[in-house]
Amino acid sequence: MTVVDTPEKLQAKDYASDQEVRWCPGCGDYAILKAVQRTLADLQAPREKTVFVSGIGCAARFPYYVSTYGFHTIHGRAPALATGVKLANPELDVWVVTGDGDALSIGGNHLLHVLRRNVNLQILLFNNEIYGLTKGQYSPTSHAGTRSPSTPTGSVEAPVNACAFALGSGARFVARSVDTLQKQLPDVLKRAQAYEGASFVEILQNCIVYNDGVFGHFTDKATQADAQVHVVHGEPLIFGKNRDKGLRLNPKTIELEVVTVGEGGVGEDEVLVHDETNLRLAQMLAAMEPPHLPVAMGVIYNDPAPSYETLVHQQRREVREKNGLKDGQLPDINELLRGGYTWTVE
Amino acid sequence: MEGSAALRTAHKRIELEHAVVRFAGDSGDGMQLTGSQFTLATALAGNDLSTFPDFPAEIRAPAGTTYGVSAFQIHFGAREIKTSGDELDVLVAMNPAALKVNLDEVKPGGLILVDVGAFGDKNVQKAGYEASPLADDSLKAYRVVEIDMSRHTQEAVKPFGLSKKEALRCKNMWALGLVYWMFGRDRSATEAWLKGKFAGREEIADANIAALRAGEAFGETAEMPTGVHTYAVPPAHIDAGLYRNVTGTEAMAWGLLAGMRLAGLEMTFCSYPITPASQLLHALAGLKQFEVTTFQAEDEIAACAAAIGASYAGKVGVTSSSGPGVALKTEAIGLAIATELPLIVVNSQRAGPSTGMPTKTEQSDLYQAVYGRNGDSPLIVLAARSPGDCFEVGIEAVRLATRYMTPVIVLTDGYIVNASQPWRIPDFNDYEPFPAKFATDPEGFHPYTRDAETLARPWAIPGTPGLEHRIGGLEKQDVTGNVSYDPANHQKMTDLRAEKVRHAADDIPEQTVEQGETSGRLAVVGWGSTYGPISRAVHNLRAQGHGVSHIHLRHIWPLPRNLGELLGGFDKVIVPEMNNGQLVTLLRAELMIPAHRVDKVTGKPFKISEIEAAMRAELED
Ligand SMILES: Cc1ncc(C[n+]2csc(CCOP(=O)(O)OP(=O)(O)O)c2C)c(N)n1
Ligand code: SF4
Ligand SMILES: [Mg+2]
Repeated sequence: MTVVDTPEKLQAKDYASDQEVRWCPGCGDYAILKAVQRTLADLQAPREKTVFVSGIGCAARFPYYVSTYGFHTIHGRAPALATGVKLANPELDVWVVTGDGDALSIGGNHLLHVLRRNVNLQILLFNNEIYGLTKGQYSPTSHAGTRSPSTPTGSVEAPVNACAFALGSGARFVARSVDTLQKQLPDVLKRAQAYEGASFVEILQNCIVYNDGVFGHFTDKATQADAQVHVVHGEPLIFGKNRDKGLRLNPKTIELEVVTVGEGGVGEDEVLVHDETNLRLAQMLAAMEPPHLPVAMGVIYNDPAPSYETLVHQQRREVREKNGLKDGQLPDINELLRGGYTWTVE
Repeated sequence: MEGSAALRTAHKRIELEHAVVRFAGDSGDGMQLTGSQFTLATALAGNDLSTFPDFPAEIRAPAGTTYGVSAFQIHFGAREIKTSGDELDVLVAMNPAALKVNLDEVKPGGLILVDVGAFGDKNVQKAGYEASPLADDSLKAYRVVEIDMSRHTQEAVKPFGLSKKEALRCKNMWALGLVYWMFGRDRSATEAWLKGKFAGREEIADANIAALRAGEAFGETAEMPTGVHTYAVPPAHIDAGLYRNVTGTEAMAWGLLAGMRLAGLEMTFCSYPITPASQLLHALAGLKQFEVTTFQAEDEIAACAAAIGASYAGKVGVTSSSGPGVALKTEAIGLAIATELPLIVVNSQRAGPSTGMPTKTEQSDLYQAVYGRNGDSPLIVLAARSPGDCFEVGIEAVRLATRYMTPVIVLTDGYIVNASQPWRIPDFNDYEPFPAKFATDPEGFHPYTRDAETLARPWAIPGTPGLEHRIGGLEKQDVTGNVSYDPANHQKMTDLRAEKVRHAADDIPEQTVEQGETSGRLAVVGWGSTYGPISRAVHNLRAQGHGVSHIHLRHIWPLPRNLGELLGGFDKVIVPEMNNGQLVTLLRAELMIPAHRVDKVTGKPFKISEIEAAMRAELED
């Protein structure tokens, strides 16, 4: 072949399916869809090798709107189904899209196991702290006191912190972003895609109908800079409008605290430097909440290990080799049936 | 051994057509091994046979208790053997608890061999006896032979310097040796097996062999009480061929693998441990050189979902469980029905409801298999009748699942999966391949077009350029597969899903009659593991001149296309099944025939006599 085929570069719009998007106008899911489509274009992801798998919920409608392969499954089970896809064909690039109810309530068990197994998937959890699709009941990430149709006088449950849950489950790639962070989000998604294992990305998403503004105290333009810290590997954990706030470890409480650089004799050298591979630091960063601490955004933890399906198929290859099978050679079924004690009846 | 030759010839063996022997002891007594060795020796002697391993529910129940009793039953004969036997001719009881639990099964006048060495006060008490049953006349209906097997074993293995505990572990081989003597079995295969099993621990192997030989020699030399004889069970007329023993679990594993080979596909086997289904996971996990990847999921829902994901990606997803686990898979099975993907669900049934009796057998998940899902959600249901039949049913499941793009539920039960049976090994080259086809042509591709013949939709797997599409559990628009709430479309898709599965009936064999005429006074219809007892019972009644027929279903849903007409040719139809009347209801509803129920749910297989009695009642009625 002498003709070199230079396929046209795919644009973000090429990753849109022909289906009309049906989220409520103003829903944060639109922005996430846009960021994902941009990410796929940036990666020039081959559409035929990309699969979006989702559970049930507003967020889980996502695969219908992407022009790759897509599977809208059942409530909570997307991680398990995606594990099967990956086991069957490790060559596929598989994304899981899930909501806070889908992933942490009905599917909490599957999320735990897919993370600890380190199946090579990108898991995007759209956290709107509410059950959107079923019309606004409180969810496992809703803060205590959330008023909803099922908790008219306010919920009394302690919420789960999604990133802390992921780290506790043994996830080795954990990141957080916000639907509105259109610049940062594609970068985080690309990092997640590059990680060869289960990468967990919590995306805070505004449900304009049932939980509007629930993240406003740290995502609004006015508060954002002082209430978020964007963590970058190897760089000091500095934030704030004037970039003068930093995170320091208080050795007495073994907790993070906010300091103002240059105030009270605090030098920049006292501010912690982000180390993605440090699990203890990741756990502290993931747990941070306003008002005393900023919310951590970006890649909180990234400490690679071999993926589940890689190890599974490696074992299969080893067993095949031990049985003296060459590449592509199939073992004899008749021999299998005749192994062990046999006898002949004349 | 020399010198015993004279004694040996002095015995004249009594010829039996068939016999039932049960080895029973404590879980730690090695009864399963003993039974499987006796099975092997019996098969090598040319008898037909059937076995029934009866495990205790507890993993390590306290020694000597009734709930720690483990037993292995074998029925063998000079004729075709179809069941593990109604009543025991010989019970070997290694302790009082084993005697207590199994006494009911011994036929009047049957032989009981007891190890009196294990009948000390403590063991007698643990078994719940007030006083030793050997001391009163509670056993006078039987022939009881008391032997101190414990002491004899210890003496036999003395030269090997084992601890007392290790020495007593050889007791099962001593008992086996005695039974070998009684039935004139050749112990050489067992000796070879012991050498292999204890390779590297020669003293253990030698001690076991010594115990085995000592048990046999004891029979030859000891003055057995009157009434204890030696027996000969001549070889059965068995079809010529190469044979092996096989359990339902093994045959199912091999059948699924064979099916994959015939389809030209790989299997992704996803399961979560549950009795009595776990062994299938174990078996396939040990066969990684074949076309199988195994996945122990976090629960049954995940196992089923992962299997569906694998099918979506171009493998055949198989998941396996027992009733409670299949209940958990239900929602996911519905997803496979809606997305029309191949999926095989193997249900090794056990006694229910709820946790029920995990180690006891039952056939009570037929409704669950055929009807047990939300929505109108048809799929294919198959049932295996015997251990060896699992091979054929495994292949058939792969064929139907891939050809019709549908879930297939395969019903086995605790009895079939554990029991072993001599199996004439088929030649794999005799099976017709059924290569699966993936869609590749983007021209005019839509995910929900249908094959004109099978009504199956195309299998378009990720990785195929130009066929990118989206599927899911929301109702699909016919042809395009887009989400649709259109009323007429839902009607059409519901009809199509039902029609596709019904269509499979054109592709399965017409129902045949196992025994007897194709019409007449009485048909006995069975499914699954009742095959053995029904077959023998019908045989017996026919031998007495009654016109009864046996019909046994492999295809539960869809039913064979000629079944209605066939059953219509009988005055009466009865359906013996180990549930509260499930197939019978299905047949009455589907075929409008007045079939009668014959149910049993004791956790034990039917006795031949029970089915005979049911037939007689119908015939006299
Ligand atoms: C088995 C099952 N139970 C309940 C439901 C109903 N249901 C659908 S989505 C949902 C909650 C979705 O919440 P979340 O995952 O947060 O997604 P969101 O809609 O907020 O994006 C529930 C309870 C269902 N579809 N299936
Ligand atoms: S209900 Fe909320 S989450 Fe769902 S689409 Fe509407 S705005 Fe979005
Ligand atoms: Mg939500």
